[in-house]
Amino acid sequence: MKSHSRHALRIALTLSVAATAGAAIAAPSCGTDPVALNAYFETGFPLPTELSTEFTRQFPNVTFEIREDQFANMMENSPRILSEDNAPDLLRLPSLTDLVANDLLLNLDTYYAELGWDQFPAGQLVQLRVEPGGRPRGTGSLYAMGLNYSMTGVFYNKALAEQIGMTEAPKTVAELDALLAKAKEAGILPIMQWNKGTGGFAFPLQNLMGAYGAPEPINDWIFQKDGATINTPENLEAAQHLESWIKEGYFPTDANAIEYFQMMSRFIGGEGLFMFNGDWESGNLDKNAAGQFGFFIMPTEEAGGRHATMSSPLTFGISAKAANADCAAFFLDWVARNEEARKINVAVGGSNPGGPADLAIPAVEPGSVTESSLAAGNMLAQDNGAMDFIANATGAIFSAGWTPELQKMVGGQQTPEGLLEAVQQEYESQLSR
Amino acid sequence: MTEPQTTVPAATRQIQRLPRNRGSRNSKLTAWLFIAPAFLAYATFVLVPLGMSFYYSFLRWDGIGKATFHGMTNYITVLTDADLLQIIGNAFQLVAYFTLIPVGLGLAIASAIRGQMAGTFGTVTRTIFFLPQVIPLVAAGIAWSWMFASTGVVNQGLKAIGLSSWTRGWLGDFVWALPAVGVIGAWVLLGLCIMLLVTGIAKIDPSLYEAARLDGARPWHEFRYVTLPGLRQEIGVCVTLTIIAALASFDIVYIATQGGPGITTTVPGLEIYRLAFAHRQVGLASALAIVLMVLVLVSIAPVQWLTRDKK
Repeated sequence: MKSHSRHALRIALTLSVAATAGAAIAAPSCGTDPVALNAYFETGFPLPTELSTEFTRQFPNVTFEIREDQFANMMENSPRILSEDNAPDLLRLPSLTDLVANDLLLNLDTYYAELGWDQFPAGQLVQLRVEPGGRPRGTGSLYAMGLNYSMTGVFYNKALAEQIGMTEAPKTVAELDALLAKAKEAGILPIMQWNKGTGGFAFPLQNLMGAYGAPEPINDWIFQKDGATINTPENLEAAQHLESWIKEGYFPTDANAIEYFQMMSRFIGGEGLFMFNGDWESGNLDKNAAGQFGFFIMPTEEAGGRHATMSSPLTFGISAKAANADCAAFFLDWVARNEEARKINVAVGGSNPGGPADLAIPAVEPGSVTESSLAAGNMLAQDNGAMDFIANATGAIFSAGWTPELQKMVGGQQTPEGLLEAVQQEYESQLSR
Repeated sequence: MTEPQTTVPAATRQIQRLPRNRGSRNSKLTAWLFIAPAFLAYATFVLVPLGMSFYYSFLRWDGIGKATFHGMTNYITVLTDADLLQIIGNAFQLVAYFTLIPVGLGLAIASAIRGQMAGTFGTVTRTIFFLPQVIPLVAAGIAWSWMFASTGVVNQGLKAIGLSSWTRGWLGDFVWALPAVGVIGAWVLLGLCIMLLVTGIAKIDPSLYEAARLDGARPWHEFRYVTLPGLRQEIGVCVTLTIIAALASFDIVYIATQGGPGITTTVPGLEIYRLAFAHRQVGLASALAIVLMVLVLVSIAPVQWLTRDKK
């Protein structure tokens, strides 16, 4: 009896170890049982929904329960959404640091190892890494993944460009200035830009920052590294240049009253030669205004210089309370690797789908805006000039710093020096809380 | 003989008192039972949140993590921070638009249409003037944002009458954004004031107007010496409601300008929301909310005193 018991125990232990080992080596997946992924997406961006539809087509046991919200609302509500009992499995993340500091996001290091995300270029994931306690960013554990990797640059209206004799993208800031002056002289609005609600002038400003200085110190500031400042001589030059554009009348006089969607509508309607915006609009422009618009990366100060601009992932994370974390992680991996998903990502998202370096970017329509923006992305990658968005430095720096100060600058109420000083002061005040 | 005479009335008094006391207790209980549901709702949705806000106002808390006691620091910040003081000042500037225009214009219109409120004209007039009150403030904000846009009807109208140089993006202009928001608020509140004042005028004894006319009073004199004194309480209600609407405004500002450009149209209601949810400074947001409540009470107390019934 004793021997029999010992034998039974040995079998049980063997099975248990085997089961444990099997669980350890099995990559996370959605399994075969029905799964309803609780997802929280951003209103106005069809890409995540289209990807989820394709995912359900390929994995019929997985359905998505999608809620949508405006980006600004998500910035404000994400902590509460993540702290709910039925927190989303998958959600669009406006910022990471506060969420990590409050243990609301799932640490993805395990998935990084199990799903082979080490095959992704390290630079793709750097913005998604956070040290314990929420700062600094850029190093530490992985807390999110990108659905794609977008960048900001300059869209242009081909018909208006032809009208002023623009035959190719400008290669220096001086060439861009000359084109702006020509447009103004020809009675064409040089730059269509929004600045109501959220400061859209942050896009041209950060592009100019990239033209005048290296991206690393700006990233250090965004990642909240000790002693980092946005108030540098290079950034001051950029802010002064932006102010000169404002004073020259290159932007709409009512820019402070223009919302993002109004800007898009007016630009598509033919108002404005240039527009500083992200390549997430490439797919939209190709679909709704095929052949009418182009895209180029912000030129450098000197010809042949290093290109740098805002480029960041379309960030998605998994709640620390997620009921289907494995399936959500599998979805994020699938988006980057699956051929059909990558095609959707480029066609709808208009941006680089990221993923392992050896995977080719899906082919796009020759002459399309998406083709131009992907080419610009290659140029940025070669120069290693990606910066996170200056509005992502803290959870509130956009609403309390950049937006009001840029609006003041447009209204002639703020100087370039004052702009950078005020934003730096607000940044330090927020970090000290 | 005397003894029974004294005891009987005493007993009778006692017998008579008993049912009256029981009835009084019953009616009090009934009253409390009627009040209880409303009181419970009021306590749950007003008194408890008010108490919690007061408690939070002494904390340093991001709304999720650990809270620490912060003493009076949040109140000192509210009363010394230049931006917050400007924001409180913006709300008092809005009082000028939200209160003076609807009450002043409301009085003029109500007096002008006095006596003509019966029949179809009265119905149509009431409907037109009251319409802004039934439109959600968010919808009003959106509609006016379109009208104030650079291509909107306001600028088109200015161009049509040869005032092209006056056109601008009103809600994005540092000088005109706050007045533009004020116009939206005035439009929303005008109908309410007119309706209250018209109702008030209807209650004034017509013989007073008749007597005034017999004494040779002109329309202005009728307004000054009959209408205005007769509307004291209605004016008090209008001023109180509109002051509260101005100081506690949120919807219209959030939709029309989101507080910009800069902070020229940011009002305490919007800032409380931003501090709590965007900046995650729940303690400071609560302190500003408490200060705003005190400011509202202090602002409407004199109005209540001046317009109270002095019979």
